[in-house]
Formats: sequence, structure tokens, C-alpha cells
Amino acid sequence: MEIVSWLWNMQSGATLGIIWGIMGLGLYLTYRVLNYADLTVDGSLTLGGAISAVYVAAGVQPIVAILLATFGGMMAGLVTGFLHTKLRIPDLLAGILTQFALYTVNLRIMGKANFGLLNQVTIFSQLKELGIPSKWVGLIVGLVFVVVLIILVYCFFGTEIGCALRATGNNPDMVKAMGGNTKVYIMLGLIVGNGLVAMSGAMLAQYQGYADINMGVGTIVIGLASIMIGEVLFSKRTYFHRLAGVIIGSVVYRIIIAIVLRISMNSNFIIKITADDMKLITAVIVIIALIAPNMKDRFLSKFAKEGK
Amino acid sequence: MLEIKNVYKSFNIGTPVQKDALMDVNLKLNEGDFVTIIGGNGAGKSTMLNAIAGVFEVEKGKITIDGVDVTKFPEYKRAKYIGRVFQDPLRGTAGDMWIEENLAMALRRGKTRSFVWGISNKEREQFVELLKHLDLGLEDRLDSKVGLLSGGQRQALTLLMATIKKPQLLLLDEHTAALDPKTAKKVLEITQRVVEEHNLTTLMVTHNMKDAIKYGNRLIMMHNGTIIYDVSGEEKKNLHVSDLLAKFEQASGGEFANDRMMLAN
Repeated sequence: MEIVSWLWNMQSGATLGIIWGIMGLGLYLTYRVLNYADLTVDGSLTLGGAISAVYVAAGVQPIVAILLATFGGMMAGLVTGFLHTKLRIPDLLAGILTQFALYTVNLRIMGKANFGLLNQVTIFSQLKELGIPSKWVGLIVGLVFVVVLIILVYCFFGTEIGCALRATGNNPDMVKAMGGNTKVYIMLGLIVGNGLVAMSGAMLAQYQGYADINMGVGTIVIGLASIMIGEVLFSKRTYFHRLAGVIIGSVVYRIIIAIVLRISMNSNFIIKITADDMKLITAVIVIIALIAPNMKDRFLSKFAKEGK
Repeated sequence: MLEIKNVYKSFNIGTPVQKDALMDVNLKLNEGDFVTIIGGNGAGKSTMLNAIAGVFEVEKGKITIDGVDVTKFPEYKRAKYIGRVFQDPLRGTAGDMWIEENLAMALRRGKTRSFVWGISNKEREQFVELLKHLDLGLEDRLDSKVGLLSGGQRQALTLLMATIKKPQLLLLDEHTAALDPKTAKKVLEITQRVVEEHNLTTLMVTHNMKDAIKYGNRLIMMHNGTIIYDVSGEEKKNLHVSDLLAKFEQASGGEFANDRMMLAN
């Protein structure tokens, strides 16, 4: 019994990981591909949740609500891109300003700090009605979205525009010399990236059954954790590996969190670890993932020396 | 071809460190001119190339390429007409991307990019042929990251990228300065070959007076932001390093005694 219960814990962690993983894909686009530390994401995740919740409550088809939320996130990315490329505000600041402004926007959209979706039709409840066991719908919906998105992003990277966008993150001077307008590519990356983040928030709201004004707090760190864990576990061979790595990283992150919570629940630690402690734990996970590649190199080179 | 008229450019305007980098520069290139540019440090050679490429806007003056007034064009729009190789081998290529991806980007210089595939198989075959021609053993490394190449290989690749779609104007900003002498020689030979093959109108900045005399059909010397010497044809062919040094001394009033060693090498 104990083991079954553990497995269900892992499974619900994996579901959350996949849904949050979509956010990770968006952040990967801005942070890794464009080399732009975009702090808009904390706001655009909540924005996605808010738009999705409000439309679902108004009786709009859940999938349409998700797409509308995605569009909202793209607009948030557009604002950050405008602040940065047209008004020449530094990248970090442009993202922080948009994120800050979005707090008000999100509250206005929801009309309150917490918007419940009790007994509303969501994309998950629709699948349940088709006869799929309720414990599996989250995982199935998440996987379908993730597979489609990875294919789309992967193909996008192979297009002329996708190549130019990747090159912009790598060497903007070269892109300009080759006749590419780097401002357009930065803008495009921020739009698509934040669209994905908002899509993740939209699905999350429907999955949890509520949107909350604080649901996006720490999104950037969680996204970084997913990307870093993915990179530690997965090689950077192809973009397919890297994108899949982000999702796996996100799932592993959630499972780590689930394990930590589970252990602390059953044991008699001096300090009881609760969900409130997750931010600190997440920060530690990111730090470990950040230093892991260096440690690995150092260990390997030391090992090689001793081998001689 | 290229025409620069009364161009001025200053940096740090209105501050005690104001630098008047270009002072009334006038230059007219004919189709197929291969011009070498020499001058001491701070003479305005790179600034002139950057002004042509559109890295910044000039304060006064007019720049036309093939009859098109590009004075107000941003850098990326001028790229349609101009191929460039920089001094820093890292600047001309995207190091994290494959050789074929870099070449494919170069093939689309000045073209509006869309959501079609970034590289076709036909283009790959073309790249293999062109790389074979470079003779650096890169033809079977299309899917190697450019970051793994040596500085010389990277400059040669950048040169190929700058010319794969024939530019109206080729700008070479001391593109061999960061290379060891042997590699520099090889890259210069490739440069010569490419320029001749496509009859490219070229501006090449160099610190090496011998190279400046050896390559090209025309030589200009810059000093304090203006062109002080402009020779071509037979007169240029018969130049010696000592002539150029004399010109330098005359222009600078002996001020460039320190540069003498460097320029003579």
C-alpha cells in the first residue's frame, strides 16, 4: 500500500512537471537560445492562469481559453520586447517592469486575488467524461501538448527565421552583418517564449481548479531549475534532446519536491518541511545544478591525472 | 560604385575626450577596385569601414553604394550590399552553430527570411564544393560547430560567408591581424583569389605595409581622420615601404616614429 501511495505521489509530480515543463520550454527559448534573462515570466504565467480561469468561468471552451491565454502571454512578451528593443531599456529591467505591471493587470482580469474554478468544465474534466480515469487525464493532456510543442519548436529552429533567432542569441554582430534585424528576432523570441509560459499557466489553472495572483512567483527559478537539471541529465546533442531535456528536468524537479515533502511528512525531523519551504529548497536545487557541470569537470580531470 | 562625400564622425562629442575620428572624408571607388588602407593607430581606418557598414550614423556627409543613398540605412539593411570580415575571428560567425548553418545564413544575406527550411540539400552540396575550394579540410565537417575551428579556419569561413552571395562591396577590417604570420598569409592568399574570381570591389585595412603594396590595385593612407594619400595603377606597383614611411613622417611631422617599427614589419 505504502509503495502504491508513493507511486501516485510520483505520478502527480510528473503531471505537474509536464505542465510546468511547457513554461520551461518558453524560458529555454529566451534564456538559453536568445541569451536574454527574461523576468517577465513570473507575470506572464499568472496572466495565462488568470485569462484561462476567467474565460472558463464564462463558459468558453477550455481549449479556446488556453489559446486566448497564450495570446495574452505573447502580448506580455511584446511589451517587454518593445521596452528593450525600441526604448532601449536593459533586458533585466524591461522584464521586471512588465512583470510588475502585470500584477495589476492580472488582478484586474480576475477581479480578486484567487479565482476558483469549482465544478467548471476544464480541458481535464472534458477528458474525464470521455471515460479516461481521472488520475491519468492530467498526464495525458500534458503529454499531448508537450509532444506537439516540442515538434513545433524543433521545426521552428530549422527555419530561416529560427536560424536567425538562434544566431541572434549567439552572435548578434554576425546576424546584423548578414542582414538580419536582431531587434525583430529578440522581439519574436520574447513573444513566443512568453506565449508558452502563459499557456503553461493556463493549463495549470484548469488542472488545479483555480488561478491565484501569486501562482507565478518564482517561475523564473523553477524554469531555470528545469533547464539546468535537464542539461545535467541530458547531453546537449541535438535541439530535440535539449527540448526534451527541459521537460524531463521539470518532471525530475517536481519528483524531487514530492519526495522531499513525502519524507518530511512521515518522519520526525526537528523542523517540519512544508510546502512553504519549497522556495528555499528550489534555490538550493538550482545552485547544485549550476555547479554540477563544473564539479563533474573537476572530478574528471582529477581522475584523469590520478589515472596517469 | 562606392562614394563617400564630406563624411564627418566624432565620438564623445562635447566632452574633454572628444575624438574627431573622421574629418571630411571623400572617397570614390570604381567597380572592381581592390583598395588597401594603411595608417597609424587612430587614423580613422576602422571608423571609415564602420561608417560604410552602418555600425553608426555619420554626423555629416553622404554615402552611396551603387547609386543608392545608404547614409540613413541601419546596419542590417546595408548588409544587402556589403560583405564584411572583422579583425576578431569570433565576430563574423556564430560559434555555437554548425558550419552549414552559418553558411546558410550567409547565403540569405539581405534577403527577407521566412518560415521555410533554413538549409536545403542542394545548398549543402554547394557548401561542400565551396569548402573544398578553400582547401582547409572543412568540406566533410558541415555539422561541426564553428566554435571548434581555429582562428584561421574561422576567418577563411567568414570570408567565404561574406562572399558566398556576391556583395557589391567587400570590407576587410584587419582580418588577418589576429592570426599567426603563416595563417595570415594563407588567409590573404584566399582573399586575393576570392576577390579576383568574383571581381569584387574591396576595401582592406591592414597594418602591414608590404601587404598593402602587394595586394590590390590602389592604396590609400589615412591620418587624423582624413585620406592624405591615394595612389593606384603603375605608381602603386612601384611603391616601396620606404616611400610610405616617408609619407607618414611628412604627414605626421615625425610624430609616428613609434609606429615605424610596427608598420615596417
